[in-house]
Amino acid sequence: MNNQVTLNIIRFVVLVLVQSLVLNNINFLGYVNPYIYVLFILLYPIQNNRLLFIFLSFLLGLGVDLFLDSGGVHAAASVFIAYIRPVVLKFAFGMTYEHQTVKIGQSEIGQRFTYMGLLILIHHLVLISLEVFNSGKILLILKKTLFSSIFTLILCVLITILFSQKSK
Amino acid sequence: MQQIINFFIRNKNFLLFLLLFLFSLSLTIQSHSYHRSKFINSANFLTGGVYESVNSIGRYFDLRKENELLLEENNRLKSILYNQEDMLSSTLLPSVDFKLITANVIKNSYSATNNYLTINKGTNDSISADLGVITSKGIVGIIDKASGNYSRVLSILNTNSRVNAQLMKTDHFGTLTWNGDSPRYVQLIDIPKQAPLTSGDTVITGGRSIIFPKGIPIGTISSFSLDETENYYNVEIEVFNDMTNIGHVHIVINKNKEEIKQLESSDE
Repeated sequence: MNNQVTLNIIRFVVLVLVQSLVLNNINFLGYVNPYIYVLFILLYPIQNNRLLFIFLSFLLGLGVDLFLDSGGVHAAASVFIAYIRPVVLKFAFGMTYEHQTVKIGQSEIGQRFTYMGLLILIHHLVLISLEVFNSGKILLILKKTLFSSIFTLILCVLITILFSQKSK
Repeated sequence: MQQIINFFIRNKNFLLFLLLFLFSLSLTIQSHSYHRSKFINSANFLTGGVYESVNSIGRYFDLRKENELLLEENNRLKSILYNQEDMLSSTLLPSVDFKLITANVIKNSYSATNNYLTINKGTNDSISADLGVITSKGIVGIIDKASGNYSRVLSILNTNSRVNAQLMKTDHFGTLTWNGDSPRYVQLIDIPKQAPLTSGDTVITGGRSIIFPKGIPIGTISSFSLDETENYYNVEIEVFNDMTNIGHVHIVINKNKEEIKQLESSDE
């Protein structure tokens, strides 16, 4: 249990720093940036205190916002996916989730893909629509959402594969 | 009463979510209106400090390029010095009413729709909000918030940015804005129809604001078209500065700012 807490604290700090110092300078094709700090929300233990989880997600988003001068867009998007995570979990993992036995690091690759893909897509959609904040630019929003989501998803899957090997 | 408390306990997750979500929304909306984002910005002690230390490592990699830029600027300044009669038409700062302070950019962004830069000079170096920021090539933005050692610059690549600009050939002026698309192009609006535009013309800052002196280069006209009312031109400008690659900047301080402000407010 204690191990879990330290792991999550370290993950929190490392993800915020990596996001703001490294990943936000990628600007692939001019505007595509991966937002892998959502990994914290994706990998947070499933048996949790939901209040604390939502609050931590808020802090995570706010931390990224502080570095990127983006007002509260990352905080809003993070809180949003933290709140709807159980629904997506149920959708992606079905019965196994009901029995509380899911370990995201050891789940099937297909299920993991749906779970991460859905949450990342929703997160990016909220994030980018808030960031652009202009309904006249829906095309730009969708374009940015799609490309950034793909980029984030690939990175997230790679990172989980990379780090889950170690724990076995 | 019992009912209300029960309701709160039952829906505590949703209520917390709603509270935090609305809070972040309000922060977002605040950040979209110019000069209002109060606490969430990268010019504070923590984020500024982190950016500063990371940037001090990154700066070594740019030394060669920075040197070349300095050489280029030296050459330009020397050529002005040797051709004294050029003094009037040059892009050098036109009068001694403006003081320059150099600073390093420790954070730059250009891919969002509202971009900011963070620089490592703040109120301790007598920097305050509403000062212009330029490089040797042209305009960068306006300081929007200053803390002790850092300040945040509202880049010209920000949909909230409004800068007075004019043509170099004539005195027709308009407003410089950005539509959020490409970091290489900015837009100049409200140029009257009578203005003689040709693509390739240079656009400079107008002297009508107290922030920038007249004559700081901005970019060249790449295309232009009349707006819906057919009275004004919308001009697409290719900026001289590579906004994606900015290291050293100069901050322009107008020594007569207070005086002008007082004068302007006196007739209200």
